[in-house]
Amino acid sequence: MDLSLWGYEFMRNAVLAGAFGGAACAAVGVLVVTMQLSFLGVAIAHAAFAGALCATILGASPFLGSLGFSLAAVAAVGPLADRGEFGPDTPIGIVFSLTLGLAFLFMGLLPGPRAEALDLLWGSILTVSRAEVALLAGMALAVALLVILFFKEIQAVIFHRELARAVGMPAQAIHYGLLIAVGLVITVSLPSIGGLLVFTLVLNPAAAAYQLTYSLKRMFLLAAVFGVASTWAGLLGSSLLRLPSGATIVLVSTAIFIAAAAFSPKRRVKKR
Amino acid sequence: MQAGIESRNCAIVIEAAVVAYREDVALRGVSLAVPRGEWLGILGPNGAGKTTLLTVVNGLGRLLRGRACVLGCDVSRGCPAALRRRIGYVPQGLRIDPRMPISVRDVVRLGACGRVGLLRRPRPADERLVDSWIERVGLGALAGRPIGHLSGGEQQRAALARALVQEPEILLLDEPTTGLDRASREEILELIRSAHRERGMTTLMVTHAHRRAAALCDRVVLMKEGRLWAEGPAAALLREEVLDRLYDAEGDGG
Repeated sequence: MDLSLWGYEFMRNAVLAGAFGGAACAAVGVLVVTMQLSFLGVAIAHAAFAGALCATILGASPFLGSLGFSLAAVAAVGPLADRGEFGPDTPIGIVFSLTLGLAFLFMGLLPGPRAEALDLLWGSILTVSRAEVALLAGMALAVALLVILFFKEIQAVIFHRELARAVGMPAQAIHYGLLIAVGLVITVSLPSIGGLLVFTLVLNPAAAAYQLTYSLKRMFLLAAVFGVASTWAGLLGSSLLRLPSGATIVLVSTAIFIAAAAFSPKRRVKKR
Repeated sequence: MQAGIESRNCAIVIEAAVVAYREDVALRGVSLAVPRGEWLGILGPNGAGKTTLLTVVNGLGRLLRGRACVLGCDVSRGCPAALRRRIGYVPQGLRIDPRMPISVRDVVRLGACGRVGLLRRPRPADERLVDSWIERVGLGALAGRPIGHLSGGEQQRAALARALVQEPEILLLDEPTTGLDRASREEILELIRSAHRERGMTTLMVTHAHRRAAALCDRVVLMKEGRLWAEGPAAALLREEVLDRLYDAEGDGG
């Protein structure tokens, strides 16, 4: 067992990046899980990945490429789902398959050894810079403010968007604002956390928290705690057992979900 | 609009309203004026356009043709948020996920949220109003329970409390007594009647088959296949032979 790694700056940065990224991803995860748009996180993560590759090929900023593609994914899914011709899962599935196809296409077109692309896919949490940690901290703060300032609007839209509109709230704007926030968090997290890990951190902690509470406030807090715990326990486990950090974080967050589901008071609730 | 149709005494004036959902026409040229303070019952078989008529009033349904004027505002091209705050709406039985992390009190408080506005918290007066309506609809003991754990009838009570917390000038009720047993039905109708009187609201109540409910209304309109089929005092229209013709073999017998 080798704990000497904790003395290094790269590990301290990884711990901070994991905390900020884990908490922010988990908080937006609460939005997608409660709005029953869980797969949207997966679709946006792939869109952001494809966007970064596209921008790399064109010699532009990968961040702007990710941002453009993930917001385009939100813009495509939202109205398609709202028109009522399909349930939301169908447009999300279409956008997901398109972005997956584009990601493969851009991988094929990418010149050179493609290490940059693989970094985006797996993330590089152990090589996160101080500037990236600061960006993730700013993002986590912005997400916390969003949840605190718009809590009653979030609650209303989660409960029933049409009713929120009927009582005179700008429900559509809130709904799309929340979807854009999901896109932004995934885009900002992508370079350090990676395309595959980011949707694990969006989905698993929120899904685990959903099993354990009937309070939306507590669900946000629990999800954030689970998000941070997943990344920290994953980093610790990977350092102790010399395993890949991303994969270990995925396994830990899945274990937390399984434990939450096993002890869930909601297991006894029958679907009406 | 026709002369006199925008009368100051009318809370709602709808003229030749046509609403369609793709190829299905839900309203086929409905005209209706509802004086302020009236309790209007809307009856008819399934698919008659009753719910659509309510959604024309609060702007959730869009007019294809015709005009609608609500509380002095033209809502033909949509209903602004400021006006929706003045209209309470109890939709027909929502399907609520039993795992939804939202309590009965949260749902009732939602009624005050439009009025409170963005970036503000409900004031103590709003909270007192929420508590008082929760008590009045008989959900005091269940206020902290998850909304999805309530029975259909209890959820209906919560929906009514939410709409009344809004302190609306117009109350739209879509089958408010569906899923309630006889005693609860009477209790809820009495509650609606007292709220209607206390607040001087204009109330539109869709009711599918409860003649008892419709009999409480000042006036009744009967709808069929997207049209107004008849209107008049409840006593005149709620007769066996009239209702038999309304729900005839072409209808669903509802």
